[in-house]
Amino acid sequence: MMASLIFVVSVVTLLMFFVSYCRSLMASSSRHPLSREVRDVTGIPALPTGKDFVRVTQLLQLCPERPEDRPGLRAVNLYYDILSLVQNSIARLIPSLREWTEQELAGCASFAVVVLDRRIAFSREILAQQDEI
Amino acid sequence: MPGPMATVIWLVGTALELAFVVCSVARNSFFKYFFLNLYILAVLTSSIGRCIFLQTFGLESDQYRYVYFYTDALLTLALYVALISLYSRVFGALGMGKYVRLISVLLLLGTSLFSYAVVAQSEDRLVTNFAYELSQNLYFVGLVLTYILWGAVVKLRESRTRVVQFILALGVYFSAYAASYALVNLASKYSVVVQILAPVISCLLPLSWTMTMWRHSEESRLIPAQLLAVQR
Repeated sequence: MMASLIFVVSVVTLLMFFVSYCRSLMASSSRHPLSREVRDVTGIPALPTGKDFVRVTQLLQLCPERPEDRPGLRAVNLYYDILSLVQNSIARLIPSLREWTEQELAGCASFAVVVLDRRIAFSREILAQQDEI
Repeated sequence: MPGPMATVIWLVGTALELAFVVCSVARNSFFKYFFLNLYILAVLTSSIGRCIFLQTFGLESDQYRYVYFYTDALLTLALYVALISLYSRVFGALGMGKYVRLISVLLLLGTSLFSYAVVAQSEDRLVTNFAYELSQNLYFVGLVLTYILWGAVVKLRESRTRVVQFILALGVYFSAYAASYALVNLASKYSVVVQILAPVISCLLPLSWTMTMWRHSEESRLIPAQLLAVQR
């Protein structure tokens, strides 16, 4: 009985802390101004939607990786997968939940776009350094 | 002897723990977050100690199991101290440092006495499910304390990115461990799953703390109300 209670409470708080942690990762990149280059590359004029996430992560694979982005991107990727699962299951029945998941998915896409922007800048730096050599 | 996968996870975990301490020193934050660093150093030491016992006595030996579960309990206590240091940071601005210290001493004494009493009564049961039950309770207390601290962070509008992310990572860590041990107590057939999951979970805490220490300065700020799953 005690173990069941602890298990249920722990799983609920695990989800709550994980969601908040992912949001803290995304919040820290929300103030990053997007360059014109990344807007052109992604074709996103203003704010990205949840559907853009997959395309942006595909573009990310084409750029040289920045090691400091990797753990954050993995956590947000996992968050995106969980949200997609919720959106394609329970959220179909609850409209408010669907709206919330859509917002969150858009947040994940914004985070991915910022990471892409940083990677493009990083690639440019590498190229500039090679030119100097 | 543990398999190659377990060895790789152990090496990754140890590297991440070292990385956190190095990062703290490089960012001039070792003494600012002294108790977090102390906890990570304790993890490193116990990890090396466990490795020596494992090499000497083997995975199935009673000596290794005793060392494993005793160091685990001691590390949980060290993590409580780290958590209390975060309480001090959050409540420090309100001038409640004296009360936080008093409550933390009582809490530590209470937890130590409870653990000692339970262990003294059940010495021969440490290698059975009892050890899982004790760990489950210790992690659950940690989870409740972290949840209270998170409530305080939101209520007091604590905005330091480092403090917020350290607390959230700690919440994920305690919840994941408490859930894993509770799962074993519910059905012992899942103990194999937990044996694989536990080392992975233990890597997540130094990973997220290192990331926070590296990416954010002490001046970095965010709005904690925006981080709630359900906006108020």
